[in-house]
Amino acid sequence: MSIVTTEQGFLARAGLDRLIDALRARDYAVIGPRVRDGAIVYGSIGAAADLPTGVRDAQSPGRYALEPSPLARQFAWANGPQALKPLVFRPRERLWASWRTPTGELHFGAAAEAIEPTAVIGVRACDLAALELQDRHFLREPFPDPAYRARRDALFLVAVHCTHPADTCFCASTGDGPEAESGFDLALHEIDDGFIVAAGSDVGAAVLAGLDLPAADQARMDAARAGVAAAAAAQSRALPSQDLRATLLERLESPHWDAVAERCLSCGNCTAVCPTCFCHAEFDEPASDGIVSEHYRQWDSCFTAGHSYLHGIVIRAETRARYRQWLTHKLAHWHDQYGRSGCVGCGRCISWCPVGIDLTAEVVALAGEGKA
Amino acid sequence: MTLHELPAPAEIVERTEESASIFTLHLRFVDPARQAAFRSSPGQFNMLGMHGVGEVPISISSDPDETGLIGHTIRAVGRVTHALATLRPGDRVGLRGPYGRGWPLQEAEGGDVVLVTGGLGCAPVVSVIDYIMRRRARFGRLVIIQGVKHAEDLIWRQRYEAWACAPDTQVWLAADVGGPHWAWDVGPVTVLLDHAEFDHSKAHALMCGPEPMMKAVAERLLADGMPPERVWLSMERNMHCAVGHCGHCQLGPLFVCRDGPVFPYPVLAPWLRHRSL
Repeated sequence: MSIVTTEQGFLARAGLDRLIDALRARDYAVIGPRVRDGAIVYGSIGAAADLPTGVRDAQSPGRYALEPSPLARQFAWANGPQALKPLVFRPRERLWASWRTPTGELHFGAAAEAIEPTAVIGVRACDLAALELQDRHFLREPFPDPAYRARRDALFLVAVHCTHPADTCFCASTGDGPEAESGFDLALHEIDDGFIVAAGSDVGAAVLAGLDLPAADQARMDAARAGVAAAAAAQSRALPSQDLRATLLERLESPHWDAVAERCLSCGNCTAVCPTCFCHAEFDEPASDGIVSEHYRQWDSCFTAGHSYLHGIVIRAETRARYRQWLTHKLAHWHDQYGRSGCVGCGRCISWCPVGIDLTAEVVALAGEGKA
Repeated sequence: MTLHELPAPAEIVERTEESASIFTLHLRFVDPARQAAFRSSPGQFNMLGMHGVGEVPISISSDPDETGLIGHTIRAVGRVTHALATLRPGDRVGLRGPYGRGWPLQEAEGGDVVLVTGGLGCAPVVSVIDYIMRRRARFGRLVIIQGVKHAEDLIWRQRYEAWACAPDTQVWLAADVGGPHWAWDVGPVTVLLDHAEFDHSKAHALMCGPEPMMKAVAERLLADGMPPERVWLSMERNMHCAVGHCGHCQLGPLFVCRDGPVFPYPVLAPWLRHRSL
């Protein structure tokens, strides 16, 4: 464990508003964790008082709940259902519009949405790793996605190293947390009396310099290191390997896929909360005037019948095949396509599965079945 | 938005009725500059958009050297293709493309070329036939094998008859179910491989059709001594984006729209072995 950059300073807890004000002074819209509808999700942050103090999450397979916490910390919780994904890859987004003139001419216009520079406070290491994976997908040549690119470039990311993992977390086993190592502009270690702030980019360093903070002393640095070390040690779940490609592809016909299918509802919750899932559908929505039609993309899931529809047939008609598709893509073919596993250990698919299917347990069970 | 992502209007210049449910739209971009800039190679596809209905991936069936019109042969099976079936000359669609990797025609030069297609799989291959006919001296024997379910499903009968008369060209047709005017074989396309004459060691086989058909033909060709890397399959999936982003065309480690739709057999073989992948 190490503080990543050499530039660091100590920000007392009462001074957190200075950071928020500094970001706003640079014309960023500031968003961060907020309690809404019984979960911690991203929302607009006006002041540090908006952050979720005095609550923490209780997560287990199929369960997420917020409970009171005696800790006077703002970030003493593990991730809620949202990752950074909706900020860059919108759940629903207009790509273009077409309109027909009375003489039958057809015209196309690209969607032009103003994109606001946005600072996100409280980003976790797993979600930074997931964002980096989404970058590899959406920004890949020769067709980098312009809407994704514009939103991605508008982000200023303030990471907070995780000190309170959930029962469902396993980022230590995937190598993606609990400490954020890269991909942020600023990173905060939360300790009892405040934050150790470090910069991870030039613009982050400029913001940090503007705060004019005293350097953190050794005792605080030690407390920060102890916090993330304890968070790694507290994780009870793990994937058996960071490269499960061979393990899974040797078991494409395992009877265990049927065993999962007996529990899986094929609802797609896991793909909606997964920070790396990128599948989306494209479709047209005609206006009732018959003149304008809008072309949208919207998050899709490999658990739907429509996902594998092909001129009249559904290739993956059975839940067994859909769960196999999801797990083997995430943990096996992501290595072929993007050079690493598609799982960052955030555990959301476990908490938000309505029947509590645990991906780590299913992998262990599959591996134990032997090759098939 | 880049040029590749925003469709451009294209006009239907001609429409050909191929069978009761199959038709060909011959398109031209409304913008002459866009039309002039359009280049495709046999085996690539375009995204065709019906205003207010949606887009579908359709392979390009026209001769790539004929820059005048872009041909798409379509079977009306789904929501969008049924809508496209209502279009007439003068109507307009949205067009973007071309996308994907086509047939390995440069690699195939100097040897025999065996085309095995099933059903409407003949559409992306007809541009290969045109391509080879225009450069006839560069290729050896041309074997055209086409299978259909029912005799009445055969389209382009006159073209097959004309190709059969071309030098060094064999045409073999089969229907699973024959009919009163069916003068060719009855049975699966693999029976036609018994008739075809070509040099397995120097030939390339290019296939397009239902996956079980292509798998059966590939296994037969390999058993007859054709090197697997010379066997090429054009795969079909329901691409939504055509640029490797939407995930609908994923097959194992591949995105069919971006990495294909044409693949050498060894790349596909591990994934064709499993049902519902």
